[in-house]
Amino acid sequence: MDPLLVFPDPPPEWLTGVLDAAAYPWRAVADANMAGRLEPEDGWAGAVVVAGSESDAGFLLCRALRKRESALAPLLLVVEKGQLGELELREDLFDDFVVAGASVAEVEARLAHLFWRTGRGKQHDLIVYGPLALNLETYQAALSGRPLDLTFMEYELLRFLAAHPGKVFTREVLLSRVWGYEYFGGARTVDVHVRRLRAKLGEEHAHLIETVRSVGYRFGSVRWLPGSGS
Amino acid sequence: MQSQREYVLRTVEERGVRFVQLWFTDVLGTPKSFAITPAELENALDEGMTFDGSAIDGFSRVQESDVLAKPDPKTFQILPLRSRHSDPDGSSVARVFCDILNLDGSPFEGCPRQVLRRSLERAHGLGYSFYAAPEIEYFYFASSDPGGPPKPLDGGSYFELTVADLASDLRKRTVLTLEDMGIPVEYSQHEDAPSQHEIDLRYTDALTMADTVMTVRLVTKEIAQQEGVYASFMPKPLAGVQGSGMHTHFSLFEGDKNAFNDPGDEHGLSALGRQFIAGVLEHAPEITAVTNQWVNSYKRLVIGYEAPVHVSWAYNNRSALVRVPIAKRGRSESTRIEYRAPDPACNPYLTFALVLAAGLRGVELGYELPPEASSNLYSLTPEELASEGIRPLPSSLADALTAMEGSELVAETLGEHVFEWFLRNKRAEWAAYKREVTPFEIARYLPAL
Repeated sequence: MDPLLVFPDPPPEWLTGVLDAAAYPWRAVADANMAGRLEPEDGWAGAVVVAGSESDAGFLLCRALRKRESALAPLLLVVEKGQLGELELREDLFDDFVVAGASVAEVEARLAHLFWRTGRGKQHDLIVYGPLALNLETYQAALSGRPLDLTFMEYELLRFLAAHPGKVFTREVLLSRVWGYEYFGGARTVDVHVRRLRAKLGEEHAHLIETVRSVGYRFGSVRWLPGSGS
Repeated sequence: MQSQREYVLRTVEERGVRFVQLWFTDVLGTPKSFAITPAELENALDEGMTFDGSAIDGFSRVQESDVLAKPDPKTFQILPLRSRHSDPDGSSVARVFCDILNLDGSPFEGCPRQVLRRSLERAHGLGYSFYAAPEIEYFYFASSDPGGPPKPLDGGSYFELTVADLASDLRKRTVLTLEDMGIPVEYSQHEDAPSQHEIDLRYTDALTMADTVMTVRLVTKEIAQQEGVYASFMPKPLAGVQGSGMHTHFSLFEGDKNAFNDPGDEHGLSALGRQFIAGVLEHAPEITAVTNQWVNSYKRLVIGYEAPVHVSWAYNNRSALVRVPIAKRGRSESTRIEYRAPDPACNPYLTFALVLAAGLRGVELGYELPPEASSNLYSLTPEELASEGIRPLPSSLADALTAMEGSELVAETLGEHVFEWFLRNKRAEWAAYKREVTPFEIARYLPAL
C-alpha cells in the first residue's frame, strides 16, 4: 500500500513505534507544502496527524489537507487527553481520533476501520456489499457472517461481480475476464455458474446477481451500500 | 490451475477442514472414496494419491494394480451435510472429484470420468460443447429385512397418512442440501407411483452433470438414512407401477449458439439436430447395455409405463425413445432432445459419453432422420411396427450385451479396457440371474406342472 502521511516531522517515538509494529508504511511531513511534494503518485493512503498542545499547526495541516481538490481521507487525529475539548466544532477535520499513548492494537483497529470505510489501505483485500463479505486474502466468502461453500469458479465469478457493483457485464466479458480464454464451455457456462451461485446465496439473497435481459448480469444496485447489512 | 490449487489449500486451512474425501466412480457407477488429511492434500493436488486399483470394479489389470487418484480442484466443495450434522466442533469435511491416472501420469483407461472427458474433448475438437439435464426418479422405502419385499412409505397399507409427508419432507431437505452445494434444481415432485419422487436438475456441462448425478444419489440416500428409511434408484423396484427412469435432456452448443436450433424450422429443430437424433436412434440398441445396465433395468422397459420400448422419436409422444420438447417461442437456446431410456442406476459418465458419441456419429456421417412416430407405439402390433421400420430396444440385459458386443462405436468410445471388462462383468451377472428360480415361476408352475 501507499504510505501514510504522518505529522509532525519527526513524529513522536510512541507513534512511529505503533505504526511500525502495525506494519503501516509512513512518511513524515513538516507542513502542507511538504505534504504536496512528497505525495506518492496514487495519493496518500491516509494521514495520522498529531494535534500538538503547543501550537495549532496540527489542526492547520488538517484543514489544508481537507481543503485540497480531493480531500485527504481517512485522517486519524492524535490528541492529548487534556485536548479533547479542542475537538469541538472541528469534527470535519478528521475521521477519527485517538489519545496519544494508545496501544498498537487500538491504533491498528482504528486505522483498519477507517480504511474499510473508505475502501483503501491494507484492507482492500476485503470486499463488502450489504450482507456479503469476500476476503480476497483467504478466498473466503460469507453472507451475514455465515461462510459460503463455493467452488473455485463460483468464488472467482462472485469476486469479479462484487468488485464492480452496479455494472452490467455481458456473458462474453465475464467469460474472458473470469474464466480466461482457455475455457471452451461457451457463454452458457456463465449462466450455469450464476445459477449455482444464486442457489448458494439462497432465495433471500439470490437477487444480488440480477439478470439484465438480453445483455448479461449485474451485481447489486448501482450504488455501493457499505455496511447496510450485518 | 495455480490459483485453483491455492484456493483449495487456503479454504481447507481457513475453514478448518479435517478430512478431504477423494471421490471417484467405478465402471458400474458406484461411488468410491477415501479420505485424506489436509497435510496430504497439497501432494495429492500436485501428484495424485496412489492406491491399489485392484479392489475397484473395472480397475483391475494384469500387470500393474496401482493407480493415482488426482483431484480435480474445480470440483472441490465443502459438504454441507457433514458440517451441519456430525461435527459439533465446527470442523468440516470436503470432497473433491478425482480423475484416475496411471502411475506415469497418463489417463487410466478404466476411469469412467476419463471416458467422458475423451468424448467431450472430441466434441470440442469439432467446436461443440455438450450439456445435460437429467430428471432423476427414485423411491423411498421403509427399512425392512434386506430379503423382504420393499415397503413404500406412503403405500397406504403399512403406514398412516402422516408418513406420506415424511417422504415429501425428505425430498425437500434433499433439494435444499443440493442447492447449498450449488446444484440448482429445476423442480421436484411426487411421482405417479407410491413413494416415488423426482428431482429435475438444471442443465450444465456433461462432465459436471455426471459428477452431480453421483452427488445427488449420495445426498438423497444419506438424508433418507438419517430418518431411518432408505432411498433406492433401482429401475423397477415394484411390479405393477412405474419404474424409475433418468430421462435426460441433451443439447449441443457451438460457442453461444444452440446447434440444435434453427429459427427457420417449424419446430425450431436444425438439420444438425436431426442428424444428431438419427445418430442416437441408429446406435440406441448398442448403447442400451450401458444406459440400462442391470437385469432389473429391463423390467422397466416394458409396454404400459411410459418407458421406451421401441427405437423411435417424436415431438410430443411419451412412448418415444427420443422426444423433442417444443421450445417456447423466442427461447431458441432451449431447443434440446430428451433421451428417455436411461435409468438412475446407470453410470452417468459412460451414459453421457455414449449418447454424445452416437449423436456425433450421426452428424459426421450425415444420417437421415426417419419420420416422426405419430401414433402411440404401445398399441401397434409387431407387424405394424416392422412395416414402419421401427426396431425394438433390447428387451433383456442379454440382448443388450449382444448388441453392444458388435458395436465398434461403443468399443471406441469406452475404450478397450472398459468395453471388455463391462461385457465380461455383465455376462456374469446375466448368467447368475439365469440360474435363479423366481417367485414368478414357483407361483405359476409348481402347482400346475
